[in-house]
Amino acid sequence: MAEPVAPARVLPRLAARLAGAVFVLWMVATITFFAVRLIPGDPAQAVLGGPGSQASPEALAAVSAEYGFDQPVIVQYFAQLGRLATGDLGRSYALNMDVGPLVLSQLGGTLLLAVLALTLAWLLALALATWSTRGGKVAARVGSSLEIVAAALPHFWLATSLIVVFSIGLGVLPPISTGDVAGLVLPVLTLAVPLAGFLGQIMRESLLVALESPFVLSARARGESERGVRWVHALRHASLPAISLSGWAFGSLISGAVVVETIFARPGLGRTLLNAVTLRDVPVVIGVVMIVAVAYILMTLLTDAASRLVDPRLRLS
Amino acid sequence: MNGPVLLSDSAAALTVRNLRVGFGSAEPVVRGVSFAVAPGECLAIVGESGSGKSVTARSLLGLAGTNSKVTADRLELGGQSVLGLTDRAWRARRGKDVGLVLQDALVSLDPLRPIGREIADSLRLHTTLGAAGRARRVLELLDAVGLPEPESQVRKLSGQLSGGERQRALIAAAIALNPPLLIADEPTTALDVTVQAQILALLEQITGAGTAVLLISHDLAVVSRVAHRVAVMYEGQLVETGRTTEVLGSPQQEQTRRMVAAIPGDKPRGTRLSPSGKPDTPSTLSTSSVQSTSSVQSTVVLEAVGLSKSFRRPDGTRQLAVDGVSFALHRGSTLGIVGESGSGKTTTARLLLALLAPEHGEVRMFGEPWSAASEKTRRALRASVGAIYQDALGSFDPRWSVAEILTDALNLRHERGTPPTAKLLTSLLDEVGLTPTVLPRRPLELSGGQRQRVGIARALAGRPEILICDEPVSSLDVTVQAQVLDLLDDVQRERGLSLIFISHDLGVVQHVSDQIAVMRDGRIVEIGPAERVFAAPQHPYSAQLLAAVPHSRWREKPPFGEKEPIG
Amino acid sequence: MQAELAARSRKSGQSGRRRLGVAETAAGVLALLLLVSAVMPQVLAPGDPLAIDPLSAFQPPNFAHGFGTDESGRDIYTRVVHGTQYSLVIGAAATAIGLGLGIVLGTLAGMLGRVVDFTVNRLLEVLLAFPGLLLALLFIVIFGPGVVTATIAVGLSTAPGYARIIRAQLITVRSQAFVEAATVLGRTRWQILLRHILPNTLAPLFVLATLGIGQAIVWAATLSYLGLGAEPPTAEWGAMLSAGRTYITSAWWMSFFPGLSIVLTAVTATVLGRSIDRRMRHV
Repeated sequence: MAEPVAPARVLPRLAARLAGAVFVLWMVATITFFAVRLIPGDPAQAVLGGPGSQASPEALAAVSAEYGFDQPVIVQYFAQLGRLATGDLGRSYALNMDVGPLVLSQLGGTLLLAVLALTLAWLLALALATWSTRGGKVAARVGSSLEIVAAALPHFWLATSLIVVFSIGLGVLPPISTGDVAGLVLPVLTLAVPLAGFLGQIMRESLLVALESPFVLSARARGESERGVRWVHALRHASLPAISLSGWAFGSLISGAVVVETIFARPGLGRTLLNAVTLRDVPVVIGVVMIVAVAYILMTLLTDAASRLVDPRLRLS
Repeated sequence: MNGPVLLSDSAAALTVRNLRVGFGSAEPVVRGVSFAVAPGECLAIVGESGSGKSVTARSLLGLAGTNSKVTADRLELGGQSVLGLTDRAWRARRGKDVGLVLQDALVSLDPLRPIGREIADSLRLHTTLGAAGRARRVLELLDAVGLPEPESQVRKLSGQLSGGERQRALIAAAIALNPPLLIADEPTTALDVTVQAQILALLEQITGAGTAVLLISHDLAVVSRVAHRVAVMYEGQLVETGRTTEVLGSPQQEQTRRMVAAIPGDKPRGTRLSPSGKPDTPSTLSTSSVQSTSSVQSTVVLEAVGLSKSFRRPDGTRQLAVDGVSFALHRGSTLGIVGESGSGKTTTARLLLALLAPEHGEVRMFGEPWSAASEKTRRALRASVGAIYQDALGSFDPRWSVAEILTDALNLRHERGTPPTAKLLTSLLDEVGLTPTVLPRRPLELSGGQRQRVGIARALAGRPEILICDEPVSSLDVTVQAQVLDLLDDVQRERGLSLIFISHDLGVVQHVSDQIAVMRDGRIVEIGPAERVFAAPQHPYSAQLLAAVPHSRWREKPPFGEKEPIG
Repeated sequence: MQAELAARSRKSGQSGRRRLGVAETAAGVLALLLLVSAVMPQVLAPGDPLAIDPLSAFQPPNFAHGFGTDESGRDIYTRVVHGTQYSLVIGAAATAIGLGLGIVLGTLAGMLGRVVDFTVNRLLEVLLAFPGLLLALLFIVIFGPGVVTATIAVGLSTAPGYARIIRAQLITVRSQAFVEAATVLGRTRWQILLRHILPNTLAPLFVLATLGIGQAIVWAATLSYLGLGAEPPTAEWGAMLSAGRTYITSAWWMSFFPGLSIVLTAVTATVLGRSIDRRMRHV
């Protein structure tokens, strides 16, 4: 452990990070707000079921007044910011319910999926990286081939293939993910395998670099065993780049969830988002985007903290 | 066998007979090496890069590499054969029977672990000591290697220590179990000269305590300070082995003679350091020294007046990198700037090249404002100032061939529309001792010496009057360094150039300079004629620096008096 | 070129790298096949990818239909071959958009001083908070589904990543010794930018583009699969998979072969990209 860090130095850093996070969220809200203004046509029309709905002018006017579409854009913008600040994400056009509760009710399932997949991906990548660097050309080649193929697997194809093999062929796992644990296996695998391919490539390369470095030679010269070299020294170094990539990985898992939840008919943010996109349910899309942005920012803060935990050098400056 | 082995093998800490190491199906890189080291003795294996000395060292620990093939007639640690040991058996010996100290502790100690843990590793692996016992022993070790305040150091990361402290910690880790044999592979390379002297003293102390030390080094001067005996390695073989005084004082073999001759230092100015087609002409040195003496009254080509420059530290405070530096460079002479790392040498060079603007003071060139002029004005004059860098490779665009690099530099001098002729290119190459065969190559494909020659050629392309050389030979082997120094000497004489020569190496600076400026913490602590500064330094720091230089000791006194090697 | 490559790897001491590995050779052959399929699909599959033959619907892979047939009796092999051009064009176009935007943003940030750098950096941070396909989905909400929007959407969502890499590369190159050496020789800022900084920044982008096309193809296919890109019966791989989803229990080949093509294309891009990277890094 390095010198204990004085709280006086931690607090400003934390404040700066928080300010940064709030700024990013504000910008995300701004971009989405002005982006959806680009949608052609009257938003009131969208509320009433799209261009084909032939709503009466009176109904349109009523909706415009209710949602504030008749206000100047700048007023609408600040009104929306104000609502967002109080946690009000607006009302769904299509589902006739508030977006906030809707999105929150879907969040848990997706988070569970993402966290499980991230953990599994880490374990798979770690196993593959350690095994393929154990020495021997065959292991190295097999390892790197597996990683490249795994990383190239599209979620939707992997999911269908898993269903064909395990649900239809062997009949051991359900093709539809309901609440139980067995239903989680295939979705988690679908998300974890490609990610494990990515993380594995990065871990293997940094593990090789670490194993070649002089401090490992020093350790060996002290009589350290191969296992000791890996566990005491090399793996720690190898995990650093993979940790800092985990924020990005989490993001890719969320977009993977769109596919996986759709295929396995699993309730969650991803499916909600896809339905909203298909129906052009703008408030729900914005709600999901905002909540994902929050989750993503939290995740980058977490990976940041994890990096500092593993790499004491980061705690010094 | 080369040279007498004075030892009875049974007493030796290490005995090596006919060691051969190869990788895959390639030619072996170590080809039949034999030597022995006795307890309390320091044997140095000296050789240039690629001579096979590091591979030799590593194979003595069973760490030559996975695809290596190690054979020997005998390979004994403390009288016991270690030929064909399993990895498990090797592990039991490493750290306990033999310790290894590598170059540059910044990368040789795990940067993520506190040094206390690193040092305790051997204890954890080879002893039954508990955590408290290990902690106590670590403190003792840190004390023994001369790290002040061990209690506060054990928790630090290697990155938080200075170069010297790190190297001490690395040595502490290697000697934690008092191994009878310590192998030190370039243990002082990349350290400042005063720190180097301290580490060498520590090695000397360890030897004195009865440990056999095998020192691997490229630096004859370092070796002369601590080694009882020297073995010179060349292309995988030991070409000469013997007492340090004898080998360095009267080398018998061609390779040894060349290495000894290549060491710059107190040889008369103008002495050639490398054998070459050009005759050894110390007599012509008069041209430069005569010029320099006469020019003291005449032309100043480059002048620094009260230069200061500071940088912002990560914590926001400012640090003065260069502080009130003044000097004058006279036409045809060489001003050597010497100092340790962090002394402000390189910042001074960048100020002189107007890559940085000084905060106070100014640089004047040919009596005209230089640092104060606009870049537009300066650009017209830039051809008059050439620069030579330590990292020649990094100073070339990696996508360009030698031909492109030199054509580009020549183009700047010659008016647009008249491209430099091939003849011009060839004569430029000829001047720096290269043949046109290098033209289509990229710098990466050249050797270190060739790269620096291309660098010199590029600097000369603009027909400069001033050359600013920042550590131009620091990353070169000593014989290559000798060739490059000779080359610089030649071009200076032929073209009447004025040189600023920056180096951490006092021997090199002494060899090339008319005037010497000693820098420390951004200030020039002493400046004067080279002979005077070296003979009678006025400032205590200059004296300390000079005292730390290990060169040419063997001519004055053998190391450790006349201590006889054991046996 | 060949000789130059050989000379370089010899000098860099990577003797084993000179020969093409098994994976590289296979990737080369596959890349060739993909190119032929994209440019002249008739050579490999003379049939019509949209020709219906209800009598031979749902045939598993057999002698007449190597990859089987779909619900309307269309030959899957023919459709897969003809689908190559969609995927490649979409992948290349999306990468071009992403990389183009990335170059503009990254170069602006890296070249135009602190204020611009700060602004662009914040913008990139914000854009990266729309992780993965989120930006693409937002774009589709606004402009509606379709092949063109899907392509642009994928391009847009890859741009922030590229911009970050390019900015970092630019800053690395800018601080390198040869840039300073050019100043010392008397080159102007613009000359240095054009002759040294930009070429050295942009050369590695070739590798990025190769690697990126594979990923862009997967993403574009994903959008099609979700019904937001190309629509059945277009012979686009993602759309074919989408159509096959309904019949997954009975006709696995409808999903398997288009999916396999996507995977192989992405793997080919990765292997080629890495191989080029390895060779270039030793220049």
